[in-house]
Amino acid sequence: MTDIVANPIAANTGFHRTEAAEKRLRRRYAAEQRFKIYGIIAITLAIGMLVLLLFTILRNGVTAFQQTAIQLEVTLDPAVIDPKGTGNPADWDRAAFQDLVHDALYKEFPDVSRGDRRELRRMISPVAGVFLGNQVLKDPSMLGQTVSVWLPASDPINQIVKGRIDRELPEANRPVSDQQLAWLDQLRERGDSKTIFNSTFFTASDSNYPELAGLWGSVVGSIFTLAVTLVLALPIGVAAAVYLEEFAPKNKFTDLIEVNINNLAAVPSIVFGLLGLAVFLNFFGMPRSAPLVGGMVIALMSLPTIIIASRAALKAVPPSIREAALGMGASKLQTVWHHVLPLAMPGILTGTIIAMAQALGETAPLLMIGMNAFVTAPPTGLLSSSSVLPVQIYIWADAPERGFVELTSAAIMILLIFLITMNGIAIYLRKKFERRW
Amino acid sequence: MPIQLTVAVLLILSAIGYWIGRQRAMSVSGGRVASLHSVPNYYGSFVAVWAGIPALLLVLFFLMLKGPVIEMLVLGAMSPDAVLSWAKASISPNDFQALSTAGIAGADALAETQRNLMMINIRNLATGQERFVNPAVVDALLPAAQHMQHLEATSRWSLFAICMAIAAGALFITHRKITPQFRARNNVERVVTWGLIVCSVIAILTTVGIVLSLLFESMRFFARVSPVEFLFGLQWSPQTAIRADQVGASGAFGAIPLFTGTLLIATVAMAVALPLGLLSAIYLSEYAPRRVRDTVKPVLEILAGIPTVVYGFFAILTVAPFVRDMGVALGLPVSSNSALAAGIVMGIMIVPFVSSLSDDVINAVPQSLRDGSYGLGATRSETIRQVILPAALPGIVGAFLLAVSRAIGETMIVVMAAGMAANLTFNPLDAVTTVTVQIAALLTGDQEFESAKTLSAFALGFVLFFATLALNVVALRVVQKYREKYD
Amino acid sequence: MEAMTMSQTVDPGAAAAGKIVKMSSRGTKVFYGEKRALHGIDVDIYRNEVLALIGPSGCGKSTFLRTLNRMNDTIDICRVEGKLMLDDQDIYDPKLDVVQLRARVGMVFQKPNPFPKSIYENIIYGPKLHGLATRKDEFDAIVEASLQRAGLWNEVKDRLLEPGTGLSGGQQQRLCIARAIAVSPEVILMDEPCSALDPIATAHIEELIDELRENFTIVIVTHNMQQAARVSQRTAFFHLGDLVEVGETEDIFTNPRDERTQGYITGRYG
Repeated sequence: MTDIVANPIAANTGFHRTEAAEKRLRRRYAAEQRFKIYGIIAITLAIGMLVLLLFTILRNGVTAFQQTAIQLEVTLDPAVIDPKGTGNPADWDRAAFQDLVHDALYKEFPDVSRGDRRELRRMISPVAGVFLGNQVLKDPSMLGQTVSVWLPASDPINQIVKGRIDRELPEANRPVSDQQLAWLDQLRERGDSKTIFNSTFFTASDSNYPELAGLWGSVVGSIFTLAVTLVLALPIGVAAAVYLEEFAPKNKFTDLIEVNINNLAAVPSIVFGLLGLAVFLNFFGMPRSAPLVGGMVIALMSLPTIIIASRAALKAVPPSIREAALGMGASKLQTVWHHVLPLAMPGILTGTIIAMAQALGETAPLLMIGMNAFVTAPPTGLLSSSSVLPVQIYIWADAPERGFVELTSAAIMILLIFLITMNGIAIYLRKKFERRW
Repeated sequence: MPIQLTVAVLLILSAIGYWIGRQRAMSVSGGRVASLHSVPNYYGSFVAVWAGIPALLLVLFFLMLKGPVIEMLVLGAMSPDAVLSWAKASISPNDFQALSTAGIAGADALAETQRNLMMINIRNLATGQERFVNPAVVDALLPAAQHMQHLEATSRWSLFAICMAIAAGALFITHRKITPQFRARNNVERVVTWGLIVCSVIAILTTVGIVLSLLFESMRFFARVSPVEFLFGLQWSPQTAIRADQVGASGAFGAIPLFTGTLLIATVAMAVALPLGLLSAIYLSEYAPRRVRDTVKPVLEILAGIPTVVYGFFAILTVAPFVRDMGVALGLPVSSNSALAAGIVMGIMIVPFVSSLSDDVINAVPQSLRDGSYGLGATRSETIRQVILPAALPGIVGAFLLAVSRAIGETMIVVMAAGMAANLTFNPLDAVTTVTVQIAALLTGDQEFESAKTLSAFALGFVLFFATLALNVVALRVVQKYREKYD
Repeated sequence: MEAMTMSQTVDPGAAAAGKIVKMSSRGTKVFYGEKRALHGIDVDIYRNEVLALIGPSGCGKSTFLRTLNRMNDTIDICRVEGKLMLDDQDIYDPKLDVVQLRARVGMVFQKPNPFPKSIYENIIYGPKLHGLATRKDEFDAIVEASLQRAGLWNEVKDRLLEPGTGLSGGQQQRLCIARAIAVSPEVILMDEPCSALDPIATAHIEELIDELRENFTIVIVTHNMQQAARVSQRTAFFHLGDLVEVGETEDIFTNPRDERTQGYITGRYG
C-alpha cells in the first residue's frame, strides 16, 4: 500500500486484482446486498400493514351481513296493540309489541320460572318489537292472529352464534350465561334459530341497538354532501383554473392566488372545519349538521385539488390548437370554451373524481360542524340533520356494544368499495382518453 | 314571499331576457344577421346576464347579512322589562341580582352568552318551534318574536320588489342598447372574465376567512386567558365552571402538554414513515425492475387513499391491543391508547406521502452524477448513499417537513387512538393528547358558546394553522431551491 | 496471447512494432431493445496509447466507448454481443466483477460531473471505496498527486474543502480527470471531454491527455477532428454503427482508405 501512496497514480500496479482488493470487494457486495434487503423489508412492511388492515376489516366485517334470528309464535292481540280500538295505526301502542314478543318467548319455553324470565328475555333483541311492529304495519291483516315470525336475537346471542364471542370461555367472562346457551341450543335443535341476511344494515339509519342500526341514512347524507361539494367545487375550480392558465397576466396578484392555492392544499382538514364553524354556523347562522354546510366546507377543501388537476389538464392541450382557433378569428373566450376546455375535460373529470373520493373519506371537518349528530333517519333535504359515511364509522367505532365492531368494519368495507369504484372510474377515464400530442 | 321564489322569478326573467335580446338583435339587423357585430346569441346573453346577475348578487348579499341585521334590530327594540323578565327565568339568581340592581336599558346589558341564549329563544318562538322554549319566558319574548316575524316578512318582500325593479330596469336599458354596431360579445366576455377572476379569488377569500375567523375567536379567548399562560402553561384542563359560584373548576389553559403530545406522536410517526418511505422509494427507483415498480407503486398509493377514520379504527382494533400485549410481554406498563400505537398507524398513513415525494427528489438527481460514481467503480448502494442521498438531501428535508406538517395536522387517527388526558410526558408508552384531539373534543358534542373552553379550540386551531403553514412554506422553498439546482 | 494473435488480423503493423494489446474487441454488437446500434466492431487498443474514436453523431462511437467499462449495464434494455477483452479477461464474462472492471477502466464524461462535495472528497471518493488508502496522510498524498497530475493542484490547493461544483467548467473537467486517475485505473475512457469547454480549457485538457499517456491507456471519443489529430496516435472512424477504418492517426487523416472517411474528414458531412 505504501507503493501506491508513493506513486498513487502509477497505472498498471495491478492493485485492483490483488487478494486484498478481492476481499474488500466481497465485503462491499455484502453491504450492497444488505442495503437492497433493507429496501425490500421496508416495502414488505408497508404492504404488509396494508394487507393486515384490509384483512382485519374483512374478517371483522363479513359477519355484519348476517343476523341471528329467532322464530316465535306471536299472538297479535288487538286489545293490547290497539287499546283505543280505532283501527288507526297512529293510535297503536308501539311499546306493546315488545311485550307480545316476550309473551311469545315465555310460551316457547313454558318451563322457565318467573325468576328466570329476565334472563330469557335477554335472548331476544330489546328492539324486536320494532321489527314486529313494522311487519304488522305492512300487513295489518295479521292483527288478531297468531303468526310465526323471525325476530332478531339480542346482540350477545348474535355474537355467540357468529362465533365472535367464544362460547368456551368461562361463564363469568362472557356476556351470555350457561342457561342462555342451553336455551339457544334448544332453539337451534328445533330449527327456531338461524342466521338470516341482515337487510336492516342497508335500509336503516343510526340506532343505539346494533340490530337496528344501518348505513342508509349516512349513505344518503354522503350523497347529499358530495352533491353540494361537486356543484360548488367543479365550476368554481374549473373557472379558476381557466383564468389562471389561460387569461391571467403574470403579476403579483396572480402570484398571490397561486401561493394561496398551494398553501390551502396543505392546510390541515380540521382547520377547514373551524372555518365552517366560525363563518357558516356562527356568523351566517346556518344550521348545524346540515349536508349543505358540510358540502360547502368540503368544497373549499377540494378546490385546490380540482384547480391543480384542471390546470395540468389545460396545460396539456397543445398551444397549436389555441393558435388555430385564434387564427380563425375566434375570441380568446371562444377558443377556450369551444376548443381547449372540451379537450381538457377528461383530465379535469379525472382530477375531480379523485377529489370527490378524498372528500367522501373526509371526517374531521364535518365533526366541527356537528355532522356527528345522532340521526335516526336519512336526511330529507340539504338543511336537515344528517350524518355521512365516515362520520358514521367514527360514531360506531366509539360505541360500546360488541355488535358495533362488526358494523363499523362492514361500514368501512362499504366506504372502501365506494372509493375503489370512484378511483377505478378515474383510472378508466385516464386510460381511455389518454392522448399524446 | 320565500327567497326561493324570488330566485326562480329572476331566473325566468333572465331566460326571457335572452329571448328578447335575440329577437331585438334579429330585428335591428333587418334580417341580415351578418351586419351585426356579434352573433344574435350574444345579444341574448347580454340581456340575460344583466337582467339576472345583479339581482342575484343582491339576493346573495341579502342572505349573508339578513340574520345578523334582523337580530340587531330585534334586540335594539326590546323593552327593558321584557329582557328582565326573560332573565329572571333563565339566568342564575346571582347574575339576575346583579343585573336588576344595575338598572338596565335594554338587551345590551346582558352578557354575550346570555344575549345569544335569549336570541335562540326568540328565534324558536318566531319560527313556531315553541316547544323548545321555556313556557315561563314565552309571554315576555312574544313581542320580540312577532317583531322578528314582521321584519323577516318585510325584508323578503322588499327584496323581491327591489330585485324585480333591478331586473326590469336592466331589461329595459339593455334592450335599448342593442344596435347592429353594439359589441355584445365583448360585453358578455368581459362579464365572464370577471366571473372567472371572482372564482380564482375564492382561494384568497378562503385563506382570509380562515385567518380572520381563527384570529377573532382567538382574540376573544385571549381576552379571558393570557397568551403567556396559553403558550407556556404546563397544565391543560379546559373544564371551566358552568356557574361562577362552582368550586374548583376554574379551568387551566396551558397548552404545552398538547404541543409535546403532538410532537411525540408526530415523532413516532416520522420514525416509522421516514425509513419505510425513503427506503421503499430508493428500492423502487434504483433497484426494482420495471414490472415490480409498476405494481408496487400503485399498491403503496392505496395506503394514501384510505380515509383516516379507517386508520383510526385499525389503530384501536388491532395496533393498540398489539402494542399493549407486547408491553405486557416485556413487562412494560403500556397505556391502552399509547402514543406509540397512534404514532405507528399515522406513520403507515404517511409512508406513501414520504415515498412519492422522495421518489420525485431522487429522480431529480441528474444521471450524470450516477454515471460519474459508477464510472469510478462504485456499487449501487455506495452511489446511493454517498452521492445520490447527499445530493438529494435538501429535497428529502423538504419532503420530511411536509410529512411532519401532515402528521401534526392529522386528526381522526389521534382522535380515535390517542388519549384525552393532557399528560406532559415524552414516554411513547403513555397516553398523550394532541392539539387536534383537543380541538375536536372541545367542539363536538354539547358545547357552551362563548366560554373560554370553546374558544380555546380556536386558539389551538390558530397555532396549528400557523405551524403547518410555516412548515409548508419552508418545505416548499427548500424543495424549489433544490429543483432549481438541477434544472 | 490470444489477444495478440487476434490483433494481427486488424493491424499487422502494430504487432510488428512491438505494441502490447491492452483491450480488444471482436465482433461487438450492441442492441437497444430491438434496435442494433453497433454492427460488429473489431479493434485493438494498445497500452500507453491514445485511441481516438471519430465519426458523425449517432454513429455509435460513444456506445462503443461505454461498452468498454460496461457503463451500458445501467440501461435496462441494452444488450451486448461479441468478445471484449481487457488483458486476458473477458469483460462480459458473467463471473467478472463490473465494479472491479470500472476501477480498472475509468471514465470521464462529456459534461463535467463533480459530485456536490468538496474538491478533496471528490478525489478520495474512489480510493476510499476501493480501499486504496486508509490513513489521512495517504489520502492527502493521493489528492495532491492526482491534482498535480491533472494540472489543477496550483489552482485549487488552497481551497480543497470548497465544493467541486464551484469551479469553472474546465477546472471541473480536470477535477473529474483527477478523480478518475486517483483510483489508479489502467485505462481511461473519455467521452467528448472537451465538448462543454472553451478553447483555452480545451487546450489544457488536450495537453493533459498527452501527458497521461505515459501511465495510462486512453480511449477518447471526439467530434472534433483537429483534436483527434492533436492528441491521438491512432484513430478509428465510425459510421452508422460500423467501424469503417482504424489506423495510425496520420494515415487516417492524410490517406484515408475508405471514401466515407474521406468525406467525413474533408467536411462533406458530419
